[in-house]
Amino acid sequence: MSRLEIRNLWKEYGQQIVLENISLTIAPRAFVALVGPSGCGKTTFLRLLLGQEVPTRGEILLDGQPLPREPGPDRGVVYQRYSVFPHMTVLGNVMAGPEMKTARFLGRRFGAARRAIAEEARAMLAEVGLAGAEDKYPAQLSGGMQQRLALAQALMMKPRVLLLDEPFGALDPGIRSDIHRLMQRLWNETPMTVVMVTHDLKEAFTLATRIIAFERRRDRPEERDRYGASVGSDIAVWPPRSAGGPTIWTSDYLPDRDDPILWGPTTGTTRPQGA
Amino acid sequence: MRLINLHPDRGTRLVLGLAPFGALMLAYLIGSAVRLAANPADKLLPALTTLAASIERLAFLPDPRTGDILLWADTLASLARLGWGLGLATGGALAIGLAVAVLPLARAALSPLVAFVSMVPPLALLPILFILLGLGEVSKVALIVIGVMPVMTRDLALAAHALPREQIVKAETLSASTWLIAIRVVLPQILPRLIDSLRLQLGPAFLFLIAAEAISADAGLGYRIFLVRRYLAMDVIFPYVAWITLLAVLLDIGLTGLRRRLFPWSELRA
Repeated sequence: MSRLEIRNLWKEYGQQIVLENISLTIAPRAFVALVGPSGCGKTTFLRLLLGQEVPTRGEILLDGQPLPREPGPDRGVVYQRYSVFPHMTVLGNVMAGPEMKTARFLGRRFGAARRAIAEEARAMLAEVGLAGAEDKYPAQLSGGMQQRLALAQALMMKPRVLLLDEPFGALDPGIRSDIHRLMQRLWNETPMTVVMVTHDLKEAFTLATRIIAFERRRDRPEERDRYGASVGSDIAVWPPRSAGGPTIWTSDYLPDRDDPILWGPTTGTTRPQGA
Repeated sequence: MRLINLHPDRGTRLVLGLAPFGALMLAYLIGSAVRLAANPADKLLPALTTLAASIERLAFLPDPRTGDILLWADTLASLARLGWGLGLATGGALAIGLAVAVLPLARAALSPLVAFVSMVPPLALLPILFILLGLGEVSKVALIVIGVMPVMTRDLALAAHALPREQIVKAETLSASTWLIAIRVVLPQILPRLIDSLRLQLGPAFLFLIAAEAISADAGLGYRIFLVRRYLAMDVIFPYVAWITLLAVLLDIGLTGLRRRLFPWSELRA
């Protein structure tokens, strides 16, 4: 599975402390939203998970193993911009991962192997709603479609962890709710843990199972350099969602806080039994 | 209506574009007629008939001494030097530029050297090249390479460096190695820039070519111009200059077409 453990993580740039003593455990298949004001280290934290940056102190474990010190195929990423390659067609973008994984010298496959990858890529594109756009270049797609493409490209590698850096921040509201639905479906159907940085609390509550707010406890100007951000609040979203499980949108009943079903099988009952 | 909102239509644009050429031509004709009226033996602004006769002699009739058609022999000799020079410079610039852009270690090792070398005035090296490499083809090609390559290298390294960091990280998450990032992510995206860079270097390349030919050669466009200069043979020099310009313009147009054809995405704006 894909449990992330973050132990006493610090990140400093020279004199400036950005993240301060962060310890978290992220359950397998969780969908974590990182929120917080600008400059509070959300993106830095995401980069640490990605391996793009190295922690100053502390460690990050993925399923008990320390994270490699550079990005790799076990962690996918979608950024707000520049997530896809402008010089490859839509199909080429989605095929790039599997091609580069299997052809280590040319980065391209030919013949039957190529057709197999193309087949898989077309299926993935259909999955994200981009069927028919295979031969276009990313610049010919709208912003929403580019993000769908970026998701398809990342998911082709079957990452254990998918990292999203404000992926839907630049989209307009209608497009955004469409892509939220897609994101929910992908999370439900794909065995991966998702960590998403967002500015949008509504988005966080729509998608996530858990919301972690980063916050600087000391934020006076003279303190700003020497005190970094840490976890301010850590909220489990209610009603609880679980990947692949029913949600209030799909189940027949509407749970509420007192619904015993959500707490698993009960041991006793006040209802009269038998005759 | 304000002038800034006045856009010419197709026909007007064509006429406006051709007008300066027509004006230059007219100025030449008037100047030539005036000078020839004063002195029929004037050599500075030859009449169109004289120019036409020279062009026929140079471009269509074999030279009585060598049996070659001079214009073609000169063009072939010059284009061969230019081709070798630009080809080697492009290849070298691509290899070094890519390495400098992709590998931080190569950047640390090479970019100060490239920055330094690109400041050396190439023409000042010409005597050294002639002394070291002799007066043959090698020194002329070397001058073009030395003149053009450092600029192209820096240009490419800058273009590659300007690629968003996100793309490189993304490629890493798609399991690409350093080599694959270089050839599948960085290289294809700097090739359009390479072609544009080459276009911009055509001018300097011709400059170095003609400078080298002027000093020592036995054929070539620059050689011919500097050879007939002593006889004030403007009827040869003008057509040669026009021909060199035309060659450069055609190369430029050809390279632009090549870029559009090979990299259709480079025309799109994200």
